Amino acid sequence: MPSAPPAEAVVTEGLRKVFQGGLVAVDHLDLTIHRGEVFGLLGPNGSGKTTTIRMLCGLLMPTAGRAAVVGHDVEREPELIRTKIGYMSQRYGLYDDLTVYENLRFYATVYGLHGRLRAERLEKHMDEIGLSSMRTQLAGTLSGGWKQRLALACATAHEPEMLFLDEPTAGVDPAARRAFWKSIYELAAHGTTILVTTHYMDEAERCQRLAFLSRGHLIGLGTVQEILAQFKQPTIEDVFIELQRRDEGAAA
Amino acid sequence: MNFITRIREARFWPMLWKEFIQMRRDRLTLLMMTGLPAIQLVLFGYAIQTDVRHLKTVVLDESRTAESRALVAVMTNTGSFDLVGAVADRTALRDAIESGVASAALVIPPDYERNIKRGRTAEAQIIVDAADPQSSSSAISGAQLAALARGATIVAERYRAPPPIDMRVRPWYNPEQRSAVFIVPGVIGILLTITMILITSTAIVRERERGTLEQLIVTPIGKPSLMLGKLVPFVLVGYVQMTVVMALGKLIFRIPTVGSIPLLYLLTVPFIVGSLGVGLLISTIARNQVQAMQFSFFFMLPNILLSGYVFPRVAMPLPAQWIGLLLPLTFYLNILRGILLKGIGIGQLWRPTLALTVFAVVLFVVSVRRFSKTIE
Repeated sequence: MPSAPPAEAVVTEGLRKVFQGGLVAVDHLDLTIHRGEVFGLLGPNGSGKTTTIRMLCGLLMPTAGRAAVVGHDVEREPELIRTKIGYMSQRYGLYDDLTVYENLRFYATVYGLHGRLRAERLEKHMDEIGLSSMRTQLAGTLSGGWKQRLALACATAHEPEMLFLDEPTAGVDPAARRAFWKSIYELAAHGTTILVTTHYMDEAERCQRLAFLSRGHLIGLGTVQEILAQFKQPTIEDVFIELQRRDEGAAA
Repeated sequence: MNFITRIREARFWPMLWKEFIQMRRDRLTLLMMTGLPAIQLVLFGYAIQTDVRHLKTVVLDESRTAESRALVAVMTNTGSFDLVGAVADRTALRDAIESGVASAALVIPPDYERNIKRGRTAEAQIIVDAADPQSSSSAISGAQLAALARGATIVAERYRAPPPIDMRVRPWYNPEQRSAVFIVPGVIGILLTITMILITSTAIVRERERGTLEQLIVTPIGKPSLMLGKLVPFVLVGYVQMTVVMALGKLIFRIPTVGSIPLLYLLTVPFIVGSLGVGLLISTIARNQVQAMQFSFFFMLPNILLSGYVFPRVAMPLPAQWIGLLLPLTFYLNILRGILLKGIGIGQLWRPTLALTVFAVVLFVVSVRRFSKTIE
């Protein structure tokens, strides 16, 4: 009998990661992400965004605290989490020497798709992202924007409940970024929860809720409007710079 | 889900499928896997002949008699000397050797036959270009043996008595003393070392460099499937290479395959597992593909020099022999030559088999542990 889906996609309590050598990358992180939300994780380089995502995906083990993703504990049930999430990093994780179709087929099969279901799903995805005409092209020869679309298709071929996107739009042109966000909203409309990190403030404003990280801890949380009101700043970019200034001032 | 479906849908298969496609598209890897066996075979089968035969020889026959011609015949029959002409005097002889026209000369003085007939010791001379001692030594000993035999024949004829001693040398396992017979089985060992260590370690490091390893760990593939899917293709390639080299060795170099081939395939398992362990270990140390390649060559060099692949281990100083005992290839070569050339079985091969198994278990366990840590 399938258990009732938990109300929250991600819940962390006191999450902490200390690397060898004593660097505290993430500290006392309490975060809740609701189902179906497009959630943005912001912060300067080295603020702990990637470390947080890596812990939630099971790539890194937390030093202390708890984290649950789609209802499963990251330390006790990482295998279950892996079948239900998709992950796309800034490096895309594509095989340059496989074709577009082969990349898709490989990841779909690794995620347990077989036979007719796989064939149908692959055709659907190739159509949706407009890659049908490039199916026999090697992934290494695609432009940045197309690579990004293919990587997204590979990460979502198994229709995951939750999608982690770590700086997915770094280094692609504005048109590709816009198309990418359109796909993100479509996924969200179908109920996929999305956690995305970005350096682009216009992208941050597209998220339903935002979290600001600085030097490993949470320094701001809420909707775009809430955050603008809370910090009395005209734009998210101003909030970002102001919060970072305060946090660094507090540390000094 | 029944058993067959579970096997068919195991996450190991897409890894295997992907790995073979990548292998086919990677020109460098393809070249290493197909070109290297061919080059190694030709190089070590044909070009490198540690037994030098057919030295080009000129004759300075100042005797010009039946006896002197008999001596020339005896020398050419050894197979070490090929007659390329006669010279008139010592100056012409020196010219021939210095210009490279000949690398040996047979000198028979005018009184050669006369001395034999009078019962005195007849002298003759073989001059050999011995700048390279390895290439001349077998010709020199061949000449000495032939002269002794000729002397014995003359004495026997004179006294109408059989020669007092008749020593018959029987070179077992390689009666024609061809170096290809010794070398070609070793090519299998060297190739497997290259495939399992160099190609495997660079393939794994490439996944890490490009971020696909990280992507794979986030998928539900699981560590065992990930590692098996990554390693099994190279094992299959290794067995194909081995089979091809054996077939070519038999066809082109007439390498004997006296023993049990299934046994050889079986005893290759611990060698492959141990070598994969080394490859996996290198992949956890190397930061990029270039480093992986350098580490691999660093490991392969002593294997080529000290394992007994080209240079016989018994001729090495003791410390070099001890280092050789730390290399899996040393023991695998014993197995290869033992089975292919001598046709011996597990009863005689249990020592190298045991050594290889110990290597395999230790290397593989250590490297899998290290590798598992790096993908956490």
